[in-house]
Amino acid sequence: MPKRKDIHKILIIGSGPIVIGQACEFDYSGTQACKVLRKEGFKVVLVNSNPATIMTDPELADRTYIEPITPEVVEKVIRREKPDSLLPTLGGQTGLNTAVALAEGGVLKKYGVRLLGANLKAIRKAEERDLFKKTILDIGLGVPKSGCAHSWEEAQEIVKLTGFPAIIRPSYTLGGTGGNVAYNAEEYDKYVHWGLSLSPKSEVLIEESVIGWKEYELEVMRDRKDNVVIVCSIENLDPMGIHTGDSVTVAPAQTLTDKEYQIMRDAALKIIRAIGVETGGSNIQFAVHPGTGKLYVIEMNPRVSRSSALASKATGFPIAKIASLLAVGYTLDEIPNDITKKTPACFEPTIDYCVVKWPRFTFEKFPQTPAELTIQMKSVGEAMAIGRTFKEAMQKAIRSLEIDRYALDDRRVDRTLDPEKLKDKLRKNSWDRLWYVAEALRRNMPVPEIFALTKIDPWFLDNIKDIIELEAKLVAQKGKVPEKALLEQAKQYGFSDQYLASVAGVPELQLRRHRQSLGIDCVYKMVDTCGAEFEAATPYLYSTYESECEANPTNRRKIIILGGGPNRIGQGIEFDYCCVHAAMALREIGVESIMVNCNPETVSTDYDTSDRLYFEPLTFEDVMSIVEKEKPDGVIVQFGGQTPLKLAVSLEQAGVKIIGTSPDSIDLAEDRKRFNELVERLHLLQPESGTATSYEQTLEIAHRLGFPLLIRPSFVLGGRAMRVVHDEDSLKACVAEAIDVSGAHPILIDKFLSDATELDVDALCDDQHVVIGGIMEHIEEAGVHSGDSACSIPPVNLTKELIAEVQRQTKLLGKELRVKGLMNIQYAIKEGRIYILEVNPRASRTVPFVSKAIGVPLAKLAAKVMAGMTLEELGFTKEVVPEHYAVKESVFPFLKFPGTDVLLGPEMLSTGEVMGLSDDFGTAYAKSQIASGNGLPTGGNVLFSVKDADKAKAVGLAKRLRAMGFKIIATKGTCIEFIKNNVPAEFALKMSEGRPNIVDAIINRQIDLIVNTVVGKQSIVDSFSIRRTAVDRQIPYVTTMRGAAAVVKAIETVRAKKVNVKPIQLYYR
Amino acid sequence: MKAALLLEDGTFFEGQAFGAAGQRCGEVVFNTSMSGYQEILTDPSYHEQIVTMTYPLIGNYGTNPEDGESRKLFVAGFVVKENCPYPSNWRSGITLDEYLRKSGVVGIAGIDTRKLVRHIRTQGAMRGILSSTETDARKLAQQLQEYPGLVGRDIVKDVTVDKPYPWKEGVVNVLGPDEATPPARYNIVAFDFGIKQNILRLLVSHGCEVTVVPAQTTAKEVLARKPDGVFLSNGPGDPAAVTYAVETVQALLGKVPIFGICLGHQILGLALGGRTYKLKFGHRGANHPVKNLDTGKIEITSQNHGFCVDLDSLAGKDVDLTHMNLNDNTLEGLRCEKWKAFSVQYHPEASPGPHDSRYLFQDFVRLMDGKAA
Repeated sequence: MPKRKDIHKILIIGSGPIVIGQACEFDYSGTQACKVLRKEGFKVVLVNSNPATIMTDPELADRTYIEPITPEVVEKVIRREKPDSLLPTLGGQTGLNTAVALAEGGVLKKYGVRLLGANLKAIRKAEERDLFKKTILDIGLGVPKSGCAHSWEEAQEIVKLTGFPAIIRPSYTLGGTGGNVAYNAEEYDKYVHWGLSLSPKSEVLIEESVIGWKEYELEVMRDRKDNVVIVCSIENLDPMGIHTGDSVTVAPAQTLTDKEYQIMRDAALKIIRAIGVETGGSNIQFAVHPGTGKLYVIEMNPRVSRSSALASKATGFPIAKIASLLAVGYTLDEIPNDITKKTPACFEPTIDYCVVKWPRFTFEKFPQTPAELTIQMKSVGEAMAIGRTFKEAMQKAIRSLEIDRYALDDRRVDRTLDPEKLKDKLRKNSWDRLWYVAEALRRNMPVPEIFALTKIDPWFLDNIKDIIELEAKLVAQKGKVPEKALLEQAKQYGFSDQYLASVAGVPELQLRRHRQSLGIDCVYKMVDTCGAEFEAATPYLYSTYESECEANPTNRRKIIILGGGPNRIGQGIEFDYCCVHAAMALREIGVESIMVNCNPETVSTDYDTSDRLYFEPLTFEDVMSIVEKEKPDGVIVQFGGQTPLKLAVSLEQAGVKIIGTSPDSIDLAEDRKRFNELVERLHLLQPESGTATSYEQTLEIAHRLGFPLLIRPSFVLGGRAMRVVHDEDSLKACVAEAIDVSGAHPILIDKFLSDATELDVDALCDDQHVVIGGIMEHIEEAGVHSGDSACSIPPVNLTKELIAEVQRQTKLLGKELRVKGLMNIQYAIKEGRIYILEVNPRASRTVPFVSKAIGVPLAKLAAKVMAGMTLEELGFTKEVVPEHYAVKESVFPFLKFPGTDVLLGPEMLSTGEVMGLSDDFGTAYAKSQIASGNGLPTGGNVLFSVKDADKAKAVGLAKRLRAMGFKIIATKGTCIEFIKNNVPAEFALKMSEGRPNIVDAIINRQIDLIVNTVVGKQSIVDSFSIRRTAVDRQIPYVTTMRGAAAVVKAIETVRAKKVNVKPIQLYYR
Repeated sequence: MKAALLLEDGTFFEGQAFGAAGQRCGEVVFNTSMSGYQEILTDPSYHEQIVTMTYPLIGNYGTNPEDGESRKLFVAGFVVKENCPYPSNWRSGITLDEYLRKSGVVGIAGIDTRKLVRHIRTQGAMRGILSSTETDARKLAQQLQEYPGLVGRDIVKDVTVDKPYPWKEGVVNVLGPDEATPPARYNIVAFDFGIKQNILRLLVSHGCEVTVVPAQTTAKEVLARKPDGVFLSNGPGDPAAVTYAVETVQALLGKVPIFGICLGHQILGLALGGRTYKLKFGHRGANHPVKNLDTGKIEITSQNHGFCVDLDSLAGKDVDLTHMNLNDNTLEGLRCEKWKAFSVQYHPEASPGPHDSRYLFQDFVRLMDGKAA
């Protein structure tokens, strides 16, 4: 069946900002969809608020709306664009929920828009728990006993059926948000209330617990002729009870016989048909009882998902791309398999390797939340590794994580841990449990006992035992390089050079050379969808220790781009965006692009993005092997964030040509001493500072500079362990952590500039020019991490003279640092003086935002400069200052980390960003707030509880809010100040002052906006519950006075004029 | 202990031995199924074949009493990347290693199986020798020279039964009580050219009373049983060499509805006047797309064949082409309405593999009911 003739213009809704449970996998799927649908001749209209995506590049769609993803805004887009179809299954839960709201609200009917892929009925059947359960039971399959509750009373009845432990899952939330396990009645009450408040439909599913059962997933595809294929099976190493996004998972399924696998396959086929997903991909989760094989259906996503991205990367079968083609009428047999080119996509991929996905966590940033894994997802990223065996893939996955662990060794394990405590560690679902499993095996704890404690299938445990037994052989000859046979086996088991060198007591490079002299070297094999049955035309490669190498490097001019590895707070999609642009740029100028990355969620690891893809860990060992095989003309390290940058020096020392800014310049900018000299020579200003390696040194510097101070480790991204300290007590508390994080490097101590304005500047440099990409004025004052603060292009409050001076200094620094490519500088402005906070001679987090704001693809241009072109040739020699305003706002994962305070500081906590675009700042800021989910009330009650220094400003804001009809409520100190200044305000009790207090009011939804600023330990503690309740109840809140001022301005704008939508393509004219 | 695999073109692999000690010659082939090794080991169609699994981790779920497809292991040798000594599955009985050892099958592990597969893909399936008692390539080469290969040889006679026997068991449900077997309405004679038991189970589950007969059974003997239908099974080797079976089928055509699978399909094709030929490296796996030309729908199929019916040779023979392989456009199914006979090249009984094509058993029943298949 060829493509449908009745479809012309398709609306695609993206997934918005990166949040836990919804990350760049939806940029990967959306990008594939946009590309293939336009290639097929359809007009594509895209709505996505996330500027850091490839899909929102102006070339990817005919009309790109970087606008908030709410039903109201999308309706405006529909009214303007009149699409005939909406493809709702590619934008994650956000896209799906928005499409459902539009359908239910009658908007689609009103404008004659059809849903492609899955209709409303199918989506409901999959998403609404009781409908889903009924559907599954009707086709003769099993589900855990359960019931849907819309009230506490209903929930009480259901738990009689399920018993304890009971699982509570709110309907229609992302990544299992609000999901909990209740072991007793008290927990049950708490979690039911919490779940009901989180579910957009006030609905929770309460389920019989299948904790400890084996967990499987199948990725299924269906076309409109009812052809159904399974793309991939996934077996979770971590059993049921840990969210699949937080589990170590393996593809394909390992411990099912064919009989059992086919029962699961049959079930999947029945399910996709019964739910009625007409075309496209779905993900179905199963639980299998380890002792009886009993099969339960857990859930189904009638859309592409994180798992489908993983399955695509694991098999080479591009699920989102195929799903898009199926949605417009093609059938599976009409679509060719991209990899083989000769066989059709209508088949089930078979793989001849093992894939291990390992999640990455950032519990260290949220110390108030217990670091425990549950059914609510908490990981912020993941790495995938491919090996010929599970052992190899698993060990490659560990070093792909970049958590300074290269093996399951005992370096971070207390070897003297009491046996009972070790058992506790095994029982507890911690992110690092496998290191304790390894320790238990090291102590000869029998596999059945470990299984009983962990419920990790013995097959995995036995494989890990093999690794630990080999580790014992290696450790037995500590201090000596192992002989050939042992070394070869170790490499086949996936042991890293790093670990082997550390045991042998030699430098890594020496071990490498020795190994190679023995003829032990990796080869590359292809991911080809077919187990080598057919020839593969697409070079998608992974390393392994076997005999035949299939890499076949070309003789073309070629450049390797090192990607950013797993997403984490501080390093995410923005850097992947830059790497993808580098690949596109190289392709445009005829240079072969070779991508190296290990993040399965990304666009960069789509085999379509670069000429050649190596799915490999980003460590010295793995990158060096690729360089030796490919012999590239250069390696780009400045696009993938801190990950490749950290490798720059060791790669260069090993003779690798780093192109763009030299590692020496990178060092000049990073090395505090060298940089200070440079700044002094240029007669520029910096906050006074010092470096230290101990608390004593730090204290000495503190006395010299005086408080407040900014403490940070060097060579980290995302402000890890960065703190503003106001006194000696808090200094002492944070220095130890900073020293630990900083590792071999000293920590940096800066005089902190209070109440300064911060700027971010991105610039592009070649030998001749330094061209400013954008000057961003932060909304929040300096001291809030630049990744967490909102910002505006162009600046809102700067004088012409200041801007000119910033431009001058930027150009000066770019030239002096001999930057070739991108550079980012952070400035602080205080009392008319400009201070340099930081210079990063690499692509920054803001590059995609700036590029979208000014309509110039900075990363692409930078890659061309690095490949030898000049800015003159590229026609980019003058700064583009847009006439419109672009506001970036950050999005935080606080909801997923109960008990965490939400105050902003120098340590970055946000996971994603959104962009608001408009002709005036107020509207642009309003859009950014709506898009970030913080909301913007246009009436109601505003609570003020602010620190003394902010009270004067608060008075002004309160007056303006009153003028718009808001009622003002304030805590004691603030209230007194308001009344003194003739602002009528209602007085509210703080938590500690009695009841009913302000937290009661928030819970009772009597507050529509909260402005809460604090200083000092006690006041932070006192007001914690205000902020936390606001987050938990999803009430808009602001924690800085400058942020509050912007919010008030935005409210004024939104009330005064209609907010319109406009595609970015029209802004650039 | 070491083991060696030598191919007729001199390609040599050395790895670790597992399973039984010994040495065997056979045609070296590969299978791309990621699960189902026990079914593969016991499939008589693999007689005289050294089977390489493309999936590297084999033995993970052990072996069990239910998943065998015949009375014993038939492969000539088994080649894997990693043999799992610690199976984990709730049904697991003995390990793969023990399973092979008990049946005298030699296994080799630890070789670059992907290299071997790529070699076969480009050079074609070829003769090979697998040994755990001799690893000297020259000596192995001498012994391999004596092995004649599969083409032109009838090896069905090695795997078929000596005398007829009834089959009673229906499809097994490993997760619960077996499905009730419907009362037998049809009397079926099933030729055992190397039959897989799941075919028999499915016939029983579709209301057939089944008598399994030796390959050499004559048409007269078959008809004496007054069957409602005749089933032609899968089996090993070159179909053109099984001339007696071709003649028997020719004699049965028109007298009784016929359904054939795999070798049975090839024999039916030959009986209808077609030709067969050897594929370069065959189809062995559980993911091959086959298009049903009647409905236009795609079935994901289980396949295991090295020979194929030449599509062009059936022109003008009153034969409808019913199924086509989408990977290489080879013939996968045919039907002769005149003689009430149909067959498929692939394995609708799966085991291992997807269940997409089970409707063919229903078609057979319909044919016996006097309706069009």
